[in-house]
Formats: sequence, C-alpha cells, structure tokens
Amino acid sequence: MGVEAAKLALQAVPAAAPDSLWFSTPAPAYFDKTNANAIHAALGLPQDALALDFGGALRSGIGALRTALAGTGSTLVVLADQRDGLPSGADEASGGDAAAALLVGDDGPGSPVVAELIGAASATDEFTDRWRTPGEKRSKVWEERFGETRYVPLGLDAWSRALKQAGVEVGDVGEIAITSMHSRAAKALAARILGKERRAADDLSGSVGNTGGAHNGLVLTSLLEHAQPDQVIALVNLADGADVLVFRTTPAITAWEPRRTVFEQIEARADLPYGKFLSWRGMLTPEPPRRPEPLRVQSPPAWRAKEWKFRFVGSRDRSSGALHLPPARVSMTGGAVDDMEPVSMADTKGTIVTFTVDRIAYSPSPPIVFAVVDFDGGGRFPVELTDVDADSVSVGGRVEMTFRRLYSADGIHDYFWKARPVRAASVAEQA
Amino acid sequence: MASHGIRDRVAIVGMGCTKFGERWDKDVDDLIIDASMEAFSSAGVTKDDIDAYWLGTATSGSSGMALARPLQIQGKPVSRVENFCATGSEALRAAAYAVASGAYDITMAVGAEKIKDGGYQGIASPKPAGDGTARTLTAAAMYSMIVPAYAKKYGLDEDQLMDVLATIAAKNHSNGAKNPRAQFRNEVSKETILASPRLAGRLGVFDCAGVADGGAAAIVVRAEDAHRYTDKPLYIKAFAVATGTGSGLIDPEYDYTHFPECEQAGADAYSQAGVIEPRRELAMAEVHDCFTPTEMVLMEDLGFAERGTAWKEELAGTFDLHGELPVNPDGGLKSFGHPVGASGLRMFFECWLQLRNEAGPERQISTDRTLGLIHNLGGYPGEMVSLVSIVGTELS
Repeated sequence: MGVEAAKLALQAVPAAAPDSLWFSTPAPAYFDKTNANAIHAALGLPQDALALDFGGALRSGIGALRTALAGTGSTLVVLADQRDGLPSGADEASGGDAAAALLVGDDGPGSPVVAELIGAASATDEFTDRWRTPGEKRSKVWEERFGETRYVPLGLDAWSRALKQAGVEVGDVGEIAITSMHSRAAKALAARILGKERRAADDLSGSVGNTGGAHNGLVLTSLLEHAQPDQVIALVNLADGADVLVFRTTPAITAWEPRRTVFEQIEARADLPYGKFLSWRGMLTPEPPRRPEPLRVQSPPAWRAKEWKFRFVGSRDRSSGALHLPPARVSMTGGAVDDMEPVSMADTKGTIVTFTVDRIAYSPSPPIVFAVVDFDGGGRFPVELTDVDADSVSVGGRVEMTFRRLYSADGIHDYFWKARPVRAASVAEQA
Repeated sequence: MASHGIRDRVAIVGMGCTKFGERWDKDVDDLIIDASMEAFSSAGVTKDDIDAYWLGTATSGSSGMALARPLQIQGKPVSRVENFCATGSEALRAAAYAVASGAYDITMAVGAEKIKDGGYQGIASPKPAGDGTARTLTAAAMYSMIVPAYAKKYGLDEDQLMDVLATIAAKNHSNGAKNPRAQFRNEVSKETILASPRLAGRLGVFDCAGVADGGAAAIVVRAEDAHRYTDKPLYIKAFAVATGTGSGLIDPEYDYTHFPECEQAGADAYSQAGVIEPRRELAMAEVHDCFTPTEMVLMEDLGFAERGTAWKEELAGTFDLHGELPVNPDGGLKSFGHPVGASGLRMFFECWLQLRNEAGPERQISTDRTLGLIHNLGGYPGEMVSLVSIVGTELS
C-alpha cells in the first residue's frame, strides 16, 4: 500500500525528485530492517535519496509529516497502517487499512506547493490509553472516558496555539478534520471546537474505517483533493497528545490532478468474504494444499534483480524491439547480445489473453488466479492476478500492475508484482 | 542444421520395466535393481558385460553413483543425465550414441524416479527461491490454459472440448486397465471423468497423469551384433531433441494451442528415420500425455492429425488401442503413471513389447507396420524440451 500511495503521489507530480523518503507505520513488515527501502526501490529513487522508517507509534505518522514540513529539501512522507483486532471486537469492526503519501517541500519547477503550512502546534502528556506490545496483533485500550478527559484539553490547547500561529479564527477555517483511534475523544473535541452549528469534515471512518497511523494522511489527502484555492484546512490528530496542522491551499491546487483520488478508490470497493479476511490477517489458518511451501527469497539474487523485482523493469532489444520480462542479456529474436534498454512496465496496462485458476498450488490466498497478459504497446508476461473474483475474470479483461507481497518465508517477505483488474477511473484512463 | 541421426546403427537387445505406482515397499535403489535385473536377463548378460552406463533421474539421485552404488558397478563409466521429463529417453540417447560412436560395444540406460515419498500432490520438488519472482503455478494450471485457447481458435465450446478430453482419459484408462505393469488398472467412464473435482482451470483429477514411482532399463549394442543377444532386436531409427528457449512465455505470438518444440523434434525424427507419413507408417506412438489437452495437441504437433482436427480424431477412435494409429497403448502417463526419469524408457518398453508381439493377447496391437514413436516433453507450454525417438523391428 505504501508503494502504491507513493507512486500515485509522484505520478501526479512528474517533475518531483524527493531527496528523502520517510515511512511510518504501526504495522511494519520488519524490525531492524528499514521498511522504507522497499518503497525507495519500487520508486526507483536515486542512491543518494535517504530512506528512513519513522517509528511505529500511532503518533509517528503525523509526527513525520510535521517534521518534514519543518525541514528543508523535498521529502516524500508515506504513512501506512493495517489495523488488526480480535474477531467481534470494536477494533476489528471499525478498523481499516490505508496508506497515504504526501510530498513535502518548497515550490519547484513543475512541482508547485498546493497547500502551505501556516500554523502548527502540539501538546504532549504521558498517559496510557491504547497500547500494544511487540508481536501482539491486538491493541488494548483503557476505558474510554479517561482518554477523553485527557485528549480534549490537549486538543484545545494545541488548537488554539496553531490558530494563533496561523493568524486565523475558527470561522476562517474551511475544513476541520479530527482523526484519532479514540473516536469518542475526536467527537468531543469537534463539538468543543466547532460548536453545534458546524460539522467536522468526513473522517472516512464510515467508508474506509479508522486506519490508525495512516488516517491523518488519508483524510488530509482526501480534503486536498476536494479543496479550492485559498482555502484553510486544519488537521487535528489525537494520539498520545494532540497535533494540529493548519494549511492554506494555493492557486496551484487547481492544476494538480491526482491520479486516483481517495473518493474514486472508495467507489471501486469490492466485498471481501469474512473468512478470507480472517485468513489474510492470520486469525485463522485454512487447510493448505499438499504442495511444498516456497523457500525464503535469497538475498543476493533479490539484490541483483532489484530493478526487476521492485520496479518491474524489463529490457527491450534495441534492434528487434522485443520486450523481455524479466530483462535478458541475449535477445529472444535476432541474436543481439547486451544491446537492450531497460523499460519499466509497472505503469503499463495490459489485456488478459488467457487465464486459469490453480486450486492446488501453494498461495497465502488460494486459489491462484493466473493470467497471460499482453501489455499495451507490446510485450507479454504471465502473472498472478489479485483483487479479483475468479468467476469474473475474462479474456480481454483490462489489468494494471500492482506491487504486492507474494509470500513470506523465514521472516523474509517476497515483494513482487501482480496484476489486478482496472477498476477505479483514473485521470489517465479518462484521458 | 545438420542432424544425421544414427538410423539402424544401434539396437536395443534387452529391456526391463518395473510395475509403476505407489511403490511404498521399494526404494529408488530397489526400482533401479529390479528394472536392471530384468534387462540383464532379457539380453542374457550380466552387469560385468556392460561397458558403460547412463542413469536418467530428475530428482531421485545425483551423479553416476546413484546407479553404481545400488548395482555395485565396479570401475565402469557411469553418468547421470537429466532433461526434465525427457530424462529417461535422454539416458538411452546417450547410451546409444556412445555405441554408435564406436566408443563402447554394449551400454545400458536406466531410468528411475521415486516421487511418492515426497508426500505432495502432483510432482513437486522445492527449489531455491532465487529472487522470488518466478511463478509458483502447478503444471496442471499451465496446461489448463490450452483448453480455452484451443476451443476459441477452432470454434469449439469448452464443454465440447471437455468431452473430447474425457474421451482421451477414458481411452488411456482403458488401455492401462489391460496392462499389468500400469499404475491404474481400472476403466473409468467419461461421466466419472467429467464429474471429477476441478484442480486447475477446467482440468480435473482425471485429466492429470498418475504420479508414480518406477524404473525401466534398456541395453543397446551395435545393430550388427544384435542377433547375438536376441532374435527380435529393436533398431534405433531416430533420436531428435528440441530444447525451447522459454520465450514462448513472453512472446505475444504464442497462442497456447501447439508446442513448437515438439513439432521441431518430430520433424527432425521423421527426417532421420525416413518417415514421410507418420500416421500411415507408424504402428504405434507413445506420447507424453501429462494432461489430456497435451495429448490432443500432440496429435497435431506430431503430424497424426491436421491442425484443428485432433479433437475429432480422438472422438472417432483413431488413436484407440485398435484404431488406425494406437496412441499410448500401455495407458500412457495417464494410467501407467509418470515417474519422471523412468517414463521415456517405459515408452520404449511398450514399443519393445508391442512391436515384438509380446504384449499379450488382451492388448496386442497389429504389427503389420514395424515402427514405433516415443515422444517426451518436459516443461510447460511456451518453455519446454522435447525428445522424439523412433524404433523399428526391421532394418531399412
């Protein structure tokens, strides 16, 4: 999700060249190993671009954003979360998964600032409201009245200081979004700030669910996608304190065309059977096929093949034009050797030529739906499909590539590309 | 490309083949010993008479020692070869070429595989993951893609095609039922085949080859020496290998209705053997029916049927046991079973029995024609190796 959000963010600003990538998630794939590096590789950022993980607490996401806004250079801030909860619990019912990516920096050629930070404030206090120890899937929470009575005053304090710094009154703020895993505190703070007449912005908890550490980034992205020029937008996040960011949109926002808006993605939703959801989350273990489980990915070959593995870069024979996926040194036609140019196919759509459903192969999400895909402009790759109902696949169906985890073995995650049906309308498809 | 072949220069003078199947009671060494002893006895020789040995096994052993140890072959050249599902025939090809070259007088090829011990469904051998980008699809799924492609290309509906595939499975089960060495010895009705659980695409359990353990062996000498060992030698007419580059997987031209590697190997084999019209000249063919659509497509690739007509010929019984050209009279991979390294030699064994009129009254085919074809393929549509061999009881 982090890769996808980051790609969407950068695709809308082709001129951007972030010199840092900051990634924050409460649900990291790894400890010790930096998770941002996989995103760095998938984006093809240069070696001199810094990739960092920014802690895993629920507050770290907005913390990364605030720190980037206070800094210099061009920083891509990627927030992601996957909320787990025990079956029948409130966290399971209200949780959601999301990633959001925000490009932070000064005005640049081709990458104008669309929203300027005009005020920011934070308030911190030590109290235990929500906690999870490493390895636990389930968060635990204190009874909610206690948290509410801590968060509301912290929020009001930060709010008033942020508005003062921004030099605006509450009436000047066009949209106010309050995000928190403590939804009761968020509602109470909204009532205090906005009074009875105004409502806070849609926090997407009714459609996406509460996406925890990513939620403030998700809601901010959605607000910016709908914003008019010269509009004041305030974001409040309550997690172990309160953080308030106040933005004013610029005229450049009218020219900014998100590749796939939050709204479009919500519209393209599909149902997921509960049993499959539980198995994906490791809450129940379905009977595996009597087939060997894959072995762990080997580090040196994965490093050698990183352009292929993380960016889906093949090679095109300069003389015959034949596309090789994975990249090859010797052409399949002609006889050219070491005369190929790299071609990333990650953003190229394709058409299903034929497909099958493999009910016996090992997969974390059986059955494997697999298709032979011919790419627009030439080239073919046989690839696993995802986000797909096996019964609705058809020859001629349109697909796009998406970066996924194929499986994990010995604690190493195998990241590679799958294809999924083109669902959400995007600017590129409409054009 | 020059491909001169070794037509009529080498003959098979002894063969052995174990029963294929779930051989829980036999180690791979036992299968090697049983097949070898039968071959020695068949040719009237002992292991000391053999000048050089080749073992074909895909996963059940490494190096020539996997053969030298169980047979206790002292101080002889013993090598192991592997070429996917063509492994067994590849061992015989090496042994035959060694005799044809003049390097040795008498050589032996042994093929053996122990698959059932793995405990997996189908044939599975865990491989290093490498960079983690290789597909993990089963062979059944890869071959299942032939069904919609073939149906579309030739204007059949898929249900019609599934009926054809059930006909192929029923035929091979019927042939296997008559064969005491086959893994599955039961007739299976088309209704049962069509109602079996789907494994991949539209392919069900009965569309797949039997997963089996087994071993087979052959002894070869120069053709002019053959009658010292047997009155009825089987002369080698052709060995043709075509190894794909794997580019079919990424070539937008490939349409999943044919196997170019098999067409190439077949054409080369016919050229070596001087066969012009295979359907009229061959007495029988053993082909690699790993899945039912594979056999159908092979009928076209090997020139037994015009493109787009194999399905009709299968329905018409052309390739039945007593049809115009019997295909897989021993039951094929489908019911004889498929221990990878042994399968090629098992097919030669069926030619050895049938062309010498030793298959027994219940299943003996006509020997008015004297040539038999052995076809192997290993790999998947778009990326495979193929080996086509031709043998005969008469010198040209």
